[in-house]
Amino acid sequence: MATGTDPEVSAAADDHPARGVHHASRAAIPARHLRADRWWLTPAATAAGLLAFVAYSTWRAFAGDAYYAAPYVSPFYSPCLAANCVDMNGGADWELVGSWWRLSPALLILIFPLGFRLTCYYYRKAYYRGFWASPPACAVPEPHATYTGETRFPLILQNVHRYFFYFAVIVAGILTYDAVLGFRDADGAWGHMGLGTLVLLANIALIWAYTLSCHSCRHIVGGRLRNFSKHPVRYRMWGWVSALNARHMQLAWASLVSVAVADLYVYLVASGAFDDPRFF
Amino acid sequence: MSYQARFKVWRGDADGGGLADFEVAVNEGEVVLDIIHRLQATAAPDLAVRWNCKAGKCGSCSAEINGRPRLMCMTRMSVFDPAETITVTPMRAFPVVRDLVTDVSYNYAKAREVPAFVPPAELGPGQYRMQQEDVGRIQEFRKCIECFLCQDTCHVVRDHEENKGAFAGPRFLMRVAELDMHPLDAADEAGVDRRRGAREDHGLGYCNITKCCSEVCPEHIKITDNALIPLKERVVDRSYDPLVWLGNKIRRRQGT
Repeated sequence: MATGTDPEVSAAADDHPARGVHHASRAAIPARHLRADRWWLTPAATAAGLLAFVAYSTWRAFAGDAYYAAPYVSPFYSPCLAANCVDMNGGADWELVGSWWRLSPALLILIFPLGFRLTCYYYRKAYYRGFWASPPACAVPEPHATYTGETRFPLILQNVHRYFFYFAVIVAGILTYDAVLGFRDADGAWGHMGLGTLVLLANIALIWAYTLSCHSCRHIVGGRLRNFSKHPVRYRMWGWVSALNARHMQLAWASLVSVAVADLYVYLVASGAFDDPRFF
Repeated sequence: MSYQARFKVWRGDADGGGLADFEVAVNEGEVVLDIIHRLQATAAPDLAVRWNCKAGKCGSCSAEINGRPRLMCMTRMSVFDPAETITVTPMRAFPVVRDLVTDVSYNYAKAREVPAFVPPAELGPGQYRMQQEDVGRIQEFRKCIECFLCQDTCHVVRDHEENKGAFAGPRFLMRVAELDMHPLDAADEAGVDRRRGAREDHGLGYCNITKCCSEVCPEHIKITDNALIPLKERVVDRSYDPLVWLGNKIRRRQGT
């Protein structure tokens, strides 16, 4: 029934450095890993998705034009804090920085959502796996000789995530204001709705869902408590945030796509590629 | 339906070894551990394997099947293509003893380093009363069967033997989280700072939350989302957030 053969004996392979799975104490298996499935697909797709967004957002952030098509403003440019912003007719164009700022106004504000996503617990997983291969996939060795994780500078700075969360709430509030202004027409009169209004509404809904599903939010809302029974309201809120938090990855991707789509929509309308279809 | 499956099983010990080829019968409904037992009964009577309950509850039969850390008793043969060659090796993060058996004493050493539950001084045995909502989240962590697959797959120690001294691994950081969330743990009163300990003694900062521990957990415990990240946030409270520190000083409130 069985045809057992003597194993091909090999001591710890000499052609591999004696670290990790090839450490002298461990089972002598020359292969770095034995996974036969397409383990590379997820990190490759993740890296491709993130790179596509970085390329698009870099172009749009530095472009500095076609970001406002009344009454719609691109989420990349709101709030617009420099003097070189276009007039947004009651929108969030607040000249807090002044006229000395000559670059694209998007660069002033994007640092906050960028910091929020860069330090996000999901995105950390995504880019540690996708770009840094640390590890590329489970039980697939990472290529680095040493590893200190988030114990030292600069990665210890990942602990500032909750501060970016606070800023992200403010930015989401302003984007909500922008979405509400989408119910005005180009002249500022209320009672308008176009396809752009829907795009901004969908975007802000996903932005809020992503922001509130954040692990730091979950901790602040109730996770830091030891006795939930003494704080029934926070316990209930913690339950809601926990339910959202279970979908943090999906919301991270959905909101990343929606913010790019919202910007692209405003860009296309502002640059005259097509007119915003109006519902009423 | 029965068929002949091709297996490669690692045979050897600390001095060396290799993958041995076998052809072995597989019957409907069997799991990988059944096949390993059939090999013991037929072609390889001296094959060493650690097992006990064969029900996914004792955590003994941890191994790597086609390169993925899994319990042999919980891996059904039906998930594989009958034409595929199935590779079974011991866990590759721990010293090998023989064949599929590894020395997991690293985990017991790390378990001893976690300060135990500190009983509250004002309560005696039999007087503990806890609300379900206060213990619900830590009950998830109590499902752990200590199979050590999370420890095996964690790249911090799997790929870096030198980190074993500084890093307790996901299983025992989860234990720290469990105790820090325990409604009756009196560690603070006893001078035991679990959050500082998580960072300084158990190496929480080494975790880069890439979630392999959660992926391989046979009990489906959300180790990263429900234990490690909340613990990281608690450490941020203690060590990195001046606003929380100031709030605690002003309101003289901790561990609520």
